[in-house]
Amino acid sequence: MTLTTSIHSPETTESRRERVEAAAYRIRHYGLNMGEVQGQGYVGQALGAADMFAAVYADQLRHRPEDPEWEGRDRFLLSTGHYAIGHYAALAEAGIVPVEELDTYGSDDSRLPMSGMSTYTPGMEISGGSLGHGLTIAVGTALGLRYQGSEARVFNFLSDGELDEGSTWEAAMGASHHQLGNLTAMVDINALQADGKTDSVLRTEPVADKWAACGWFVQRVDGNDMGALLAAFDAAAAQAGPEGKPSVILCDTKVGRGVPLLENREKAHFMRIEEHEWQLCREQLTAGYEGETK
Amino acid sequence: MSTTAATPAKPRLKTSAMIASFADPGQKTAPAPFGHALVKAAQENEKIVGLTADLGKYTDMHIFAQAYPERFFQMGMAEQLLFGAAAGMAQTGLVPFASTYSVFAARRAYDFLCLDAAEPNLNVNIVGGLPGLTTGYGPSHQATEDMAIFRGMPNLTIVDPCDSVDIEQAVPQLAASEGPTYLRLLRGNVPTVLDEYGYTFELGKAKVLRGGADVVFVSSGLMTMRALQAAKDLAAHNVDVAVVHTPTIKPFDAETVLAEVNTDRLVVTLENHTVIGGLFETVAAEVVKAGLGKRIVPVALPDEFLHAGALPTLHERYGLSVDRIIATVLGELEV
Ligand SMILES: Cc1ncc(C[n+]2csc(CCOP(=O)(O)OP(=O)(O)O)c2C)c(N)n1
Ligand SMILES: [Mg+2]
Repeated sequence: MTLTTSIHSPETTESRRERVEAAAYRIRHYGLNMGEVQGQGYVGQALGAADMFAAVYADQLRHRPEDPEWEGRDRFLLSTGHYAIGHYAALAEAGIVPVEELDTYGSDDSRLPMSGMSTYTPGMEISGGSLGHGLTIAVGTALGLRYQGSEARVFNFLSDGELDEGSTWEAAMGASHHQLGNLTAMVDINALQADGKTDSVLRTEPVADKWAACGWFVQRVDGNDMGALLAAFDAAAAQAGPEGKPSVILCDTKVGRGVPLLENREKAHFMRIEEHEWQLCREQLTAGYEGETK
Repeated sequence: MSTTAATPAKPRLKTSAMIASFADPGQKTAPAPFGHALVKAAQENEKIVGLTADLGKYTDMHIFAQAYPERFFQMGMAEQLLFGAAAGMAQTGLVPFASTYSVFAARRAYDFLCLDAAEPNLNVNIVGGLPGLTTGYGPSHQATEDMAIFRGMPNLTIVDPCDSVDIEQAVPQLAASEGPTYLRLLRGNVPTVLDEYGYTFELGKAKVLRGGADVVFVSSGLMTMRALQAAKDLAAHNVDVAVVHTPTIKPFDAETVLAEVNTDRLVVTLENHTVIGGLFETVAAEVVKAGLGKRIVPVALPDEFLHAGALPTLHERYGLSVDRIIATVLGELEV
């Protein structure tokens, strides 16, 4: 699956959406399996953001799975280090990390530490974990690629919590000042942070107005609606270019999406799931997916 | 479909979860000693307020937030704001305690603490979670060089407590002392160790916890707990070990420590911190200033970015475990 040109020209909108939804289903499945390795963790985030990861890895990103460091690749920068569980699942789906290796998630001497780091994992561009760094690095990556004549695009994944950090807004202004049309940011607005609901920790709304005021091309979508997500990525791509407005896709998502047991649980940043519940989670995920696709 | 719904249960592997306990199995512990101590101090001093940067639950500040919701301020995940605002509150006469992880305190918001609180010598108390190697999460969360960073800041008092006793007794003293402070927080169920040694915490003072004829351990933080255990175990090897606990790293009680160092015994410093710029170098500097020609063996983290992994694995790997301490001492004594 080497995506050097657009692969979806012969595809109908419908079949494209279904293809990417199938990828999202597998990403969720891998996320549950990885969560079970630790018995707890960022499972709610992996499920909530699976559609975003799928849209990037199964549809948007030009990359070579067998050569993750290919110079011409689009860059995907995971700013939100603890979302590595979702990112690893996407890397497995994309063929960059072997699916079997996901079983080592977070364990001693694994290439897949709980917090994403570029020194550990193929396809991981930056070391996240200290939140609010990713977009600053993305600005430099986008500037560096453009300066060197590359047409590669830069995607940056960040969380709603990262909107609390001043550094994110320094980068937002920097990107627009430098007219980084080759930069697309995607924000997982799951309304959750470490101490509780985002609006109880720090009210960041109106988020869209803030990005617009910083000079970005802003779209806000249901981040668990694949059709809407792909349309937003298309609109971002249509106006991508070496110079122009950077794009942000604000994705409203649901923690635990796809597994009703976890969707309806009290929202927790670091979710504890009982031993007997994992299989139930997988069954609910599959039932929901098959129900939707039939 | 490349996956099926029926995946067999996975074997449980060692966790590198953010919050790992370093208490030994069966050890006596106290829950959230910092949070409870802050509530107690706040009962006596109405000027005390609490702040956090989206880490209340993870720094035991939530205990204070529940007890005094109107005296608690959630600043969002914005550490520069956290420290700047704490300085501003201190300007109005309040006594803020502001919590985040040590990495973000030391690396992210240093400038705000330095100029807004330390330069005007305001009573701003920083509480840093996950000091040194107390999480297996990797370099983003392992504050292996926090003391090195902070020791250079004029006016700042640095406290590296061993256990719940240290924390409970330190909190009111930090509130009462003028000027900014930095507490290396141990959170959750924190071991209770020093109650067996007739010990009291005094800000700025080192304490000799036990005497010993062959070796002197100079230690701070959770490494004092390890030092005491290693001292007990070394008795079985006929090695008699003294332990000096130095919970205040700055200002440093050189007098007490030098009196112990200046003998023929083997001197070992033990710290949950990189070998650069922490307790070892603090003691070494005092030894040189006093003109003592004395060798000191450091037990400390290496000058490296450490691995992610389970905490016990990492403490063993990097030499902080009791077994590694014993091996270090026995190796030195054979020379
Ligand atoms: C600079 C920084 N400050 C604090 C933290 C601790 N922390 C880790 S995740 C998190 C919550 C951030 O919000 P978000 O990413 O939206 O959380 P989620 O949706 O995963 O619950 C916090 C405060 C951190 N990793 N980095
Ligand atoms: Mg969030």
